[in-house]
Amino acid sequence: MAELNFPELVQADRVHKSVYTDQQIFDKEMENIFEKVWVYCGHASQIPNPGDYYAVTIGRQPMLMVRAGDGTVHVLHNRCPHRGVQLVGNLKGNTGGAFVCSYHAWSFHLDGKVRAIPLARGYEGTAMNKSNPDCNVKRAARVDSYRGFIFASLVADGPSLLEFLGDARIAFDDMCDRSPVGEVEVVPYCHRMVQQSNWKFFMENQLDALHPSVTHQSTGISAGRVEKRIKEEKGSAPLHYHYLSTFASSFEQWDGVQTINFPRGHGILKAYMGLRPQDPDTLEYEAVLRSAYGEAKTEEYLSRSIHHVLVYPYLSVQSPLQQLRCLRPISPGKTLSEIWHFRLKGAPEAIYRRSLWYFNLVNSPATMINADDLENWTKAQWGLESDGGDWVSFHRNHGDDRVENGVSYSNHGTSEVVMRSQFQAWSKYMQGDAS
Amino acid sequence: MSAEATKPLAAAAIPSAGADMARLLAQDVVIGGETAGPATGAQRIEPTHSPRATLAGQPAFERAVPRPETAAATDLHREVEQFLYLQAELLDDKQWQAWIDLFAADGSYWMPVAPEQTEWESSPSIFIEDKLLMEIRKGRVSHPNAWSQAPQWETNHLVSHVAVESSDGGTIVVRSRFHMMELRRDAIRHFGGRYRHTLVRDASGALKIKLQRVDMFNSQASFDYVLQIWV
Repeated sequence: MAELNFPELVQADRVHKSVYTDQQIFDKEMENIFEKVWVYCGHASQIPNPGDYYAVTIGRQPMLMVRAGDGTVHVLHNRCPHRGVQLVGNLKGNTGGAFVCSYHAWSFHLDGKVRAIPLARGYEGTAMNKSNPDCNVKRAARVDSYRGFIFASLVADGPSLLEFLGDARIAFDDMCDRSPVGEVEVVPYCHRMVQQSNWKFFMENQLDALHPSVTHQSTGISAGRVEKRIKEEKGSAPLHYHYLSTFASSFEQWDGVQTINFPRGHGILKAYMGLRPQDPDTLEYEAVLRSAYGEAKTEEYLSRSIHHVLVYPYLSVQSPLQQLRCLRPISPGKTLSEIWHFRLKGAPEAIYRRSLWYFNLVNSPATMINADDLENWTKAQWGLESDGGDWVSFHRNHGDDRVENGVSYSNHGTSEVVMRSQFQAWSKYMQGDAS
Repeated sequence: MSAEATKPLAAAAIPSAGADMARLLAQDVVIGGETAGPATGAQRIEPTHSPRATLAGQPAFERAVPRPETAAATDLHREVEQFLYLQAELLDDKQWQAWIDLFAADGSYWMPVAPEQTEWESSPSIFIEDKLLMEIRKGRVSHPNAWSQAPQWETNHLVSHVAVESSDGGTIVVRSRFHMMELRRDAIRHFGGRYRHTLVRDASGALKIKLQRVDMFNSQASFDYVLQIWV
């Protein structure tokens, strides 16, 4: 196996195509990044009751997240320690008081400890008796949560969850602070979509401000035409037309939307949609927030300039509209994305319904936006698998960005500092530095 | 040769399971109910566990038993059936405006995420489109720069099992099944499920769609790529 030379593959302003296509590099990504960093498992409200579980993939590892009788959430390998059979065969459910293996009925407490083995006397005098820790289901090394969002790490050492999130923790603060009680709860339907492309395309695309008016031109223009007609007829149009029409903003407008790029590859695309219309629903909602938090805090919470926040390498959180997309890489050219929506606890129903329009129009499997993104990434994957060239260019505005305390601020929204910053983090991880 | 060796081989080699097996065979389905006798196997180890239990407090979706058509006269059945075939053919022929014109002015196209959903205002949908949103989708796929429309792309619908569930006061509720094959580039995908149409008549007496509800049987499976147009 050839030695991977990361400083050669990842240069300041370009990367080698193999980082998107090579199986050896993908395996190393799983080992050095996804199976070390804190990976999002789900929201606490997905498993409110003891025995509730969700299957989740961390790197290449099939895991499950389960609520125990004492309220603790455990993240376990989905594997019976006896002969290796997966303990749950579906995505979600309630396992009662224990997990039971379908092969030989070994059963396990919800924290993974072995509970009963049929005809246990058969193990008398062997090394595999109930006091042997090898009889327990293997657990994730660390589990932690932030504002109800549950994460696990498969290694015992490394940064804490809060250290890992760093400034990107604003994703969860911004989402929860918009609730008068500071909490969200999950909407219990997950859209799962397979992208026939490397996971990194999605992460780059989320903060790529040059592509929307090209890629999404057809939807933006079509929606803009209808929006304009409604405005002419009725004076104003519902916000959800704007969700779509804004994609067709000009290059110059997009160039004015700043990105902020943190260490560890996290980042923020600043707001551009204008989500504070002065309609009665919004005014009622803002009054609810003011009575909960007071004037100053409410203004702070509602005036944060965020379109979405990236938690590198796998999460895009659209906090102002309470939706989240989580990547589960499958192979160099195949990625599963899981798409969730949340309700602001205590907020008027109209605010949920407003953000639901974005979830339906942009994030559902009938999306009028990602249809064209997925087409781009599929073609990108094929292009990079070819011998038509070796390098991927990230030269736009290289050397032009403002860097303060390790954070890069783009002077131009379309600066490819986003990709340069993500690959800086990537290269560090791949060379074994997960600090 | 001893008497023992002359016994039939099968009787000697396969012992009877005896009363235990008889009791097992007598047991009814155990999911969600009491068992007929003492537990065996996994139930003996963990009686409360079922690998098929839903999240606590979330009952499984109760499927209604489909009723045969009783409401329609032969000519109404035939008219409705032809209308449903036309709906599907217009989609396959990419006659977007003619398809939209099948809907009443306040008509909607709805594809819920899951069969238990009864409304779209407070829960997510795969599609929920009135005629204005249909116009946006039509405009999008018709635009010269609709990049994802460049590859060859065709659909083929089959509609069957048409049953008029009710017909009163000018409102007709009709249930049917569909199967859609979709070709995109060189790959074929399959989608299937149930249509439930609420039909009304316009001033000229023509059928119009007030609501087309589409429950895909694979709506909660993972989607390889997306749905660009109505199913």
